[in-house]
Amino acid sequence: MSEPILSLHEIAVGYQGRVIQRQVSFEVRRGSIFAVMGGSGSGKSTLLRSMIGLLEPESGSMRFSGEDYWSADARKRDEIGRRFGVLFQSGALWSALTVGENVALPMQMFTRMDDRTIERLVQLKLALVGLETAVELLPAQLSGGMAKRAGLARALALDPDMLFLDEPSSGLDPVTARRLDDLILDLREATEVTIVLVSHDLPSLFAVADDGVFLDVQAATAIAHGSPSQLRDQSTNPKVQAFMRREELELPNSLPEEQRWKTRGRQF
Amino acid sequence: MPEWELRHREGVAEVVLSGDWLTRSEEAHAPELARTCRKAAVARISFDVSRLGRWDTTLVAFLWDVRRAAAAAGAVFDPSALPHSARKLLDLLPAEPGRKATQPQHHLRPIAWIGREAIRSLSALGGSVAVLGDTATGSLRLVLGRARMRGADLFSDLNDAGPRALLIVATVNFLVGAILAFVGAAELRRFGAESYVASLVGVAAVRELAAVVTAIVMAGRTGGAYAARIASMVGNDEIAALRVVGIPVGDFLLVPAIVSLSLTLPVLYLFGSFVAIGGGLAVAMLSLGSTATEYLRQTIDAVPLSDFLFGICKTIAFAALIGATSCRTGLQAARSAVAVGQAATTAVVLNIVGIIALDAVFAIVADALGF
Repeated sequence: MSEPILSLHEIAVGYQGRVIQRQVSFEVRRGSIFAVMGGSGSGKSTLLRSMIGLLEPESGSMRFSGEDYWSADARKRDEIGRRFGVLFQSGALWSALTVGENVALPMQMFTRMDDRTIERLVQLKLALVGLETAVELLPAQLSGGMAKRAGLARALALDPDMLFLDEPSSGLDPVTARRLDDLILDLREATEVTIVLVSHDLPSLFAVADDGVFLDVQAATAIAHGSPSQLRDQSTNPKVQAFMRREELELPNSLPEEQRWKTRGRQF
Repeated sequence: MPEWELRHREGVAEVVLSGDWLTRSEEAHAPELARTCRKAAVARISFDVSRLGRWDTTLVAFLWDVRRAAAAAGAVFDPSALPHSARKLLDLLPAEPGRKATQPQHHLRPIAWIGREAIRSLSALGGSVAVLGDTATGSLRLVLGRARMRGADLFSDLNDAGPRALLIVATVNFLVGAILAFVGAAELRRFGAESYVASLVGVAAVRELAAVVTAIVMAGRTGGAYAARIASMVGNDEIAALRVVGIPVGDFLLVPAIVSLSLTLPVLYLFGSFVAIGGGLAVAMLSLGSTATEYLRQTIDAVPLSDFLFGICKTIAFAALIGATSCRTGLQAARSAVAVGQAATTAVVLNIVGIIALDAVFAIVADALGF
């Protein structure tokens, strides 16, 4: 496994000409769980959208198993895209379809399997995430945790090589978040899928990630590389330290007003 | 009644607070305080709260003003006599109230505006063409039997665009026919030609009005619904999920919409035409004393079959327009509740304008072809 499954080189992303992150480079090893970390507004989700093909980067290159994604034509991009699955922050289940139909649709579209086989595979994917009883339910009838798990099952529909998870534990209570962490670890062990996760939930990050990158909003670039524990223990950057230890950070008063937020008389 | 008084001697000012400082009572301000302190060269401001009654954040707002006045005057602000919780609240407030985030200023620059609007219209046009292209390829796939549209989606769209629309289409067309007959008869009477009412209603309804009116009704009803539905899908990331999985949005959303409208609109048009003729008949019988046989014979004589074919062609074009415009407007929506409503409204407006424009085009072409 000499070649990383995903590598970004000097990527810059932004909206409408405003660059939010620049010169971001990192490599994701096969089979690892890679965390994209950073504070709110640091551009983590923007970077994720560009990794999954929804937002073209302003510059830089991105390679999946050596194949350049953004310079390929639309058909090639679709083909590469089918090798990874995405769990959106809100689940993003198709509201007009049942849970089972949500998971089945990618299989119906892109494989030649017959309906019965698809049905069995849908049951399997849902059972993997603990939702086999919810096959006939509509997304509106699911709780937040169930919707996320259903989204995860759908992301697994085509047996992807990579999974992208956007803030998987947001909106979940601690116990459900913990169960989702365990599920992520189990899935990685069982299917050897590579996972890229965007999160600022520290307990989850420490529990699952074994590599990562830290994006900073002011520097507008990645300021640290490594797993969450490595960053906490070995980074010399005060912002990284403060984030990983959930501490307050002494910042100079030259910060613009909107980035200062006083609580209990202290600034962070 | 909140009251405050400034007592000062030898550079030390004391603000004496008394009464109840509650949001229900009148506001108290400290505008003159900074100037007074500076003039009196006050070095320190402290408080006497022995006569302070009940208080809430109104007091804290006042104290914040005082603290700022003290800073402006260069005096030391001494909160030690203030109630404990008031001090804690004051601690949470920044030295200066934050600058409000402003919306970007829009200076009116005519030339830049023209340029921007031109670019926007061109890209909108390009977007529509792209959507039509998407639809064309999707429909082609449908025809060749390789469609990826779900049968269930088509069926539910058909149901919604078809049988459920019958009542409103019937009502509107009946009234149109009746009004035509009424107004037409009044004019024709001047030439003693009321007997031609039947031809008037027949030709006008079948060639023009039934198609346009039915299409407009469907544009409002079904077009608005499609746009809103797709706009909420955008807000819910469902469209992003489709794109990421690689499912062509055209096949999944546009094709069922356009196909179902193309199948139902012509039928609704035919139904509407007959109902419109019926409306004319009702008026003719009631106010002109015409008989049904006379009226219908006149209608059949006046309206050739080709007019129905013309109407059907028009409604198919209208159907494609409504489907494509509504879906596209939905896809362009921003992600908020307001945007869903706006998408529906924009779709309906664009549809109506488009239908009338397309109708004009058809009229010109028909005229040129001698039809």
